Amino acid sequence: MSHLSYEESIKAVYRGLVLLGVVTLVEVFISLLAKGHIIKGAEHYTVVIYLAGLIIAGLSLYKAYFIVYDFMHMRYEVKGLALSVLLPTLLLVWAIIAFFQEGNSWKERRNQIRDKNTEEVDGKSQVGMSLREDVYVMPEWEG
Amino acid sequence: MATAETVLEHGVHEHDGTDSWSGGKEPFKASYGKLMMWYFLLSDAFTFAGFLIAYGALRFSSNTWPVPDFVFSTAPFGIHHAPLIFVTIMSFLLIISSVTMVRAVQEGHRENKNGVVFWMLLTVLGGLGFLSCQAWEWTNLISGEHMSVTVNPFGSHIQDGVYIDNEHGHPYKEGETPETFKAGSSYLIHKHLDEATGHQEWIQRKVKYSDGTMGVTEFGPAAFGALFFFITGFHGFHVLSGVVFLLIIAVNAGSGLYVARRNGYEMVEKIGLYWHFVDLVWVFVFLVFYLL
Repeated sequence: MSHLSYEESIKAVYRGLVLLGVVTLVEVFISLLAKGHIIKGAEHYTVVIYLAGLIIAGLSLYKAYFIVYDFMHMRYEVKGLALSVLLPTLLLVWAIIAFFQEGNSWKERRNQIRDKNTEEVDGKSQVGMSLREDVYVMPEWEG
Repeated sequence: MATAETVLEHGVHEHDGTDSWSGGKEPFKASYGKLMMWYFLLSDAFTFAGFLIAYGALRFSSNTWPVPDFVFSTAPFGIHHAPLIFVTIMSFLLIISSVTMVRAVQEGHRENKNGVVFWMLLTVLGGLGFLSCQAWEWTNLISGEHMSVTVNPFGSHIQDGVYIDNEHGHPYKEGETPETFKAGSSYLIHKHLDEATGHQEWIQRKVKYSDGTMGVTEFGPAAFGALFFFITGFHGFHVLSGVVFLLIIAVNAGSGLYVARRNGYEMVEKIGLYWHFVDLVWVFVFLVFYLL
């Protein structure tokens, strides 16, 4: 299985504990920093929040890699096994991009509908069927 | 003691020509059980990813979202305003139990029965500790802060402004300084007992925004409560089943069953894979619910 001796592998386990613990603490620190708990007012800069989010997501992915490769011994499995488990998860990258985009689009549509509903209509200039400039009317419906 | 029938696992009857793993050469140099555990975990990863992606899509689709370090800032023993501290302790419990699990697997490779049972029981303790913390967290959110699957009392302001009544919903008296708030900051809508009706009523405070418009504190996106209880509940259920299986396998290990199998305590390795996966999922639940 592992090519390390018993003593070496015990040491490696406790190194792993320290590593995961430190990375978790760093994540919490960065998260609190971006929310303005450590430096007051930091939460008002969008760039700080985005940057912190990216760093935290990267650190979490590193933790995931470490757990799978060291604790779950993926490092010592044959390549085919590792690929057959890891490659399908790449589909999730597509799902994440697609659905986050979708969620953002729902928000924009919903806000657009809300804004249109609260728009004031000028009764004098728009009598009857008159439409706004940004509304396209199919030719056969006109007149 | 165990008979030959109970000692052998399904799928390792050698060369009797009736079994799918009897070709003499193991695919991917892994046993049937271990390979299938990997594929089960892959499918479980897709289930969790589906939930977390739904969380992300719904969060992106909302104009406001409760700030996690405001929502999760309470800890036992009357600690308030301690953002993310309690949940960091929960994460550490899972990390430590993952490490004790690795130790149990290592002792298994050395065929050290007492070592396996000792480290597995420590892992069970870690799992139970995590579940107790989660039980406390849920209790606090449900009965202390009145969050439910359909009601989310945590809202966020979209503009700067000022409250025009105090926390109990009464107008400010002369000489009192009104509380101000910034865009993006979260608030909790409290409940109070209405003496006339005898019911608990929500106190939705009146606010004046910087553009001069008036409003009241509104409930946050209802999906927040449903997603939180469903996803952390599903993860907690995985931890609970993990604890049950760890106990069963620890008892089996203690009884000498795996000594007779002479395969380096492979069953301990398989439950170890599952347990690390539970820790792995928590990394992402922790990321999306608490850190971002």
